[in-house]
Amino acid sequence: MIYKMPSLGADMESGILAEWKAKEGDTLKKGDVIADIETSKGVIEGEVYEDGKVEKIVAKEGVEYPVGTPLAVIRTEKDDDATIKKEIEETIAALSAPSGKEAQPQQEEEAMKTETAAESSASASEVPKSAAEEIFGTPAKAESRAEGERKPEVPVRVRATPLAKKRARELGVDLEELARKVHGKISAKDVEEAAKRMQQKGAVPSASKPDPMRMAIAAAMSRSNAEIPHYYLSTPINMTRALEWLRELNAKRSIKERILPAALMIRAVVKALQAVPELNGFWKEGPIVSPEIHPGIAIARRQGGLITPALIDAHEKNLDETMKALTDLIERTRGGKLTSSQMTRQTITITNLGDLGVEKVYGVIYPPQVALVGFGRIMERPWAEGDAIAVRKVVEASIAGDHRATDGRTGALFLAKLEKLLQKPEDLQ
Amino acid sequence: MTKEEIKKTIVEAIYEIAPEHEGEEIPEKENLQESLEIDSYDFLNLLTALAEKPGVEVPEEDYGKVDTLEHMVDYFAERIK
Repeated sequence: MIYKMPSLGADMESGILAEWKAKEGDTLKKGDVIADIETSKGVIEGEVYEDGKVEKIVAKEGVEYPVGTPLAVIRTEKDDDATIKKEIEETIAALSAPSGKEAQPQQEEEAMKTETAAESSASASEVPKSAAEEIFGTPAKAESRAEGERKPEVPVRVRATPLAKKRARELGVDLEELARKVHGKISAKDVEEAAKRMQQKGAVPSASKPDPMRMAIAAAMSRSNAEIPHYYLSTPINMTRALEWLRELNAKRSIKERILPAALMIRAVVKALQAVPELNGFWKEGPIVSPEIHPGIAIARRQGGLITPALIDAHEKNLDETMKALTDLIERTRGGKLTSSQMTRQTITITNLGDLGVEKVYGVIYPPQVALVGFGRIMERPWAEGDAIAVRKVVEASIAGDHRATDGRTGALFLAKLEKLLQKPEDLQ
Repeated sequence: MTKEEIKKTIVEAIYEIAPEHEGEEIPEKENLQESLEIDSYDFLNLLTALAEKPGVEVPEEDYGKVDTLEHMVDYFAERIK
């Protein structure tokens, strides 16, 4: 079996093989991490999808490879010596031709050959194709090839602190340019000094470069808006009881075991999806309902931008387990260590822009998913109860649905169920 | 612990949970979550770190009393003594 550069989302073209986590001779189980892969979304733990022994590692650390490039050969139970020999030859051949960032522009043609070789062996591939990619293919790859000029002449690997990246965007400092001069990690101070030098030289700061992740998200969302007929629904939900219940629960617990309202809301969404499963799944020439619920949770990265990694098997988790999984997901996102499953298995997206103080969220569905649930900030609002008006803590819950898979009625049923569940928080434990 | 020491501990804990602010001056009188753009998860993390050192657990109903750096220092100073 050939281990290839995985596709970690419809928007990924290539990745840097940051570090091999296994060595030749190691025995790996399905789900074990074989390599750390650096993408525009941070470092991802690349998992293997079958049990096997690492037979041959060919790809080099620190090199950027296009998605699908053979990187290593793993011997699984069904592989015989002849297959392994052929696979090793294939991998070496693919990597001996210059490709990825090390390639010079004039060698582009050879790089393309490499890619064709990689694609032709797709049958032996264990590349975890994201569901999105299966639908949309990888148009991004074709586009970048056509542009050509996107490849810098002498590429360098940029290593910079999050603050340095932020300052570079603000000051219009080219980090790649700076990386040629600075040894080791670029600090915010390096960026500021570079900006000062630019000013002294009278150079006009360039428009800050678009963030590659921002661009990747934008590309996926443009396709979503172009191809998915969205419908939007929203409803205010009285959270007073749920928050009161949570407060009492947390009062009995140590600070380390406290549950955030976000975990309770995720739990409620998961339960509501069990009642209205049509919203949990994909559109692939037709609707597919996923029996498992892996909600992608929108999490802000320190460096800027949002990622929506999957909270795997949320349907099997109680409230405490959901909070634990959410904590792990946030830590991994911010520490830059998500796994390839977390990057590719989302069945629906939950976005909570509450902390930024907005009242309502109308999201854009991440294809090929068919729905997105949004929560606004929990706000104190006038609320009619019987004949009286009282001040209550209220959250606006919204859903964006794919009209090909479901219609407004499905969305309305879901929101009604969600509302009901949040009135009986003790059942969400 | 003096107020100065408490403040230093809090600021260090803030740098720990939000490293992008490392070395920055933390505004004394502004809402911490808003000025530092930290979410409820980060805020809980900050309080968890401070529960270990200086060793005071802030119950949820007191979150309003620790919303700014100044308030947080006062809150801990009163309870450490």
